[in-house]
Amino acid sequence: MGKTIAEKIFDAHRVNMPFPDTHVLKLDRVFCHEITTPIAITDLMARGMDRVFDPTKIKAVIDHVTPAKDSKTAEQGKILRDWAKRHGIKDFFDIGRNGVCHAIFPEKGFVRPGYTVIMGDSHTCTHGAFGAFAAGVGTTDLEVGILKGVCAFHFPKTIKFVLNGTLRPGVYAKDLILFIIKELTVNGATNMVIEFTGPVVDAMSMESRMTLCNMAIEAGGTCGICYPDMTTVEYLWEFIKDEFNTKEDALTEYSKWISDADASYEKVYEYDVTNLEPMVTFGYKPDQVKTVNDMSDTKIDQVYIGSCTNGRIEDLRIAASILKDKKISDEVRAIVSPATPDIYSMALKEGIIEIFQNAGFCVTNPTCGACLGMSNGVLANGEACASTTNRNFNGRMGKGGTVHLMSPATAAASALEGKITNSQLYKA
Amino acid sequence: MKEFSGKVLFLDRSDINTDEIIPARYLTEITKEALKPYLLEDLTLGGFSNEDIKDKAVILTRANFGCGSSREHAPWALEVNGINVVIAESYARIFRQNMYNCGMFAIELPTDKIQYLFENYAGKDTSITIDIDNNKIIVTSSDQSEEINFKVGEFDKTLVKEGGWVGYADKNY
Repeated sequence: MGKTIAEKIFDAHRVNMPFPDTHVLKLDRVFCHEITTPIAITDLMARGMDRVFDPTKIKAVIDHVTPAKDSKTAEQGKILRDWAKRHGIKDFFDIGRNGVCHAIFPEKGFVRPGYTVIMGDSHTCTHGAFGAFAAGVGTTDLEVGILKGVCAFHFPKTIKFVLNGTLRPGVYAKDLILFIIKELTVNGATNMVIEFTGPVVDAMSMESRMTLCNMAIEAGGTCGICYPDMTTVEYLWEFIKDEFNTKEDALTEYSKWISDADASYEKVYEYDVTNLEPMVTFGYKPDQVKTVNDMSDTKIDQVYIGSCTNGRIEDLRIAASILKDKKISDEVRAIVSPATPDIYSMALKEGIIEIFQNAGFCVTNPTCGACLGMSNGVLANGEACASTTNRNFNGRMGKGGTVHLMSPATAAASALEGKITNSQLYKA
Repeated sequence: MKEFSGKVLFLDRSDINTDEIIPARYLTEITKEALKPYLLEDLTLGGFSNEDIKDKAVILTRANFGCGSSREHAPWALEVNGINVVIAESYARIFRQNMYNCGMFAIELPTDKIQYLFENYAGKDTSITIDIDNNKIIVTSSDQSEEINFKVGEFDKTLVKEGGWVGYADKNY
């Protein structure tokens, strides 16, 4: 019997099995941000165990509330900053160089095929786009990861999606993952890894694959995974070129991290997604999904383009192509948060920032901010937001507010109309 | 080891997420105690009032409890309110692991058992005690009392007995 990619990664990282179905894995990366890490740090200090297992494998960023908005968030940043300095954690991204964790860490080449990654953030599943096993964990798992470089998991049962066909113009990875979550429901993948495979995924950029994997958790999935291929190698090449003679050599090495043809799956779903339409959420659960056409004319108060789901350069380019030479509706306010400083710089050079500004968008610094209602775009009671983020929980972007999840294209078109709108309206 | 006994708070809904258990606006707190007033502040559940939390030690609820964010602030907010046990049909993976990592119980019971408990004990002054050694839940109200068996993995039980994952991992890794 063959093995899935997750089983192969488990086999290569297993320290031991102290109990039945308890796999303690060696970690290649422990990622940290300023919301869930400070309590781990203060707890380690209180226990007299203020140590780190390997400062080169720990990466940290201040991203959720930045610049600090008050004394409390300033204190969280300070705890993380002081700790990174104290332990020689060189890859610490402080204000001015900071971006949304699941955008900046891949951008710096920190995630490679076959790696194990944890972070105190549920959207850590994003990094599975590189053929890694990447799981969101709580502060205690993070604390042990920091201290010992290990984490315990149950056996990675896997479900596989085979996605055939070609996405139509105006339909993106976000529409596809919303469709998949609708099919799986919010706990259809709980305790399982989701593999995204097939020609549709093969044709996707790394950015789109990250969008897919990012929302695996919204179906309860431990990790979303895409197989490494030449697209993965090209994305990583500037970071790995000293390790390999050629890109083909890198691909051969990384191809170890592909599931065997005879691997065993919990379930395999196969779809032809050629006729998939743009999708959007309604209600307060991410599996409450309809087509944009079925939801069109739903009034919105704010548009938000950004986050670890859809704040990357590809997303901004798509939105800008719709917004170019147009103005947003007087009925809405609109915010764009490029996810990292590099994305911001690229968008500036390409004239994308100017397009957003001319259209009437507020351009913020890179931050998670509004996605979870912590800063930079919190909703008032009763307001609705057309958002490229990943969660539409009640009050997520502000108490009493509603969030409609959608692609950057749909968000941009919706900004122009002041209501949920199919972007194809602007692609005659 | 923590206390696993006391009055039951019945939350009759599935998919109660961690944003409802503790909203993100309180994640700027850096002590667990500071979370105490905000537990379940954004819960969408008809008839629920935050006053209901008072004096409770156990939550009984439906499926997929604790979905969403990885924030361990959710178990902490329960813990500082004296709630060390949740009994549900199922949990989101991270929340469940966080509970055991903190030395708390996230017990799973089959759908029909949960339904039975709601039908027979909700709306009454119900208490539950967890008998760890025998894997039994002892349910008591003014007019009835019974024992229900539950399954718990060896790893999870060890974490409960050792008071959490940090101490265990420090000794063993």
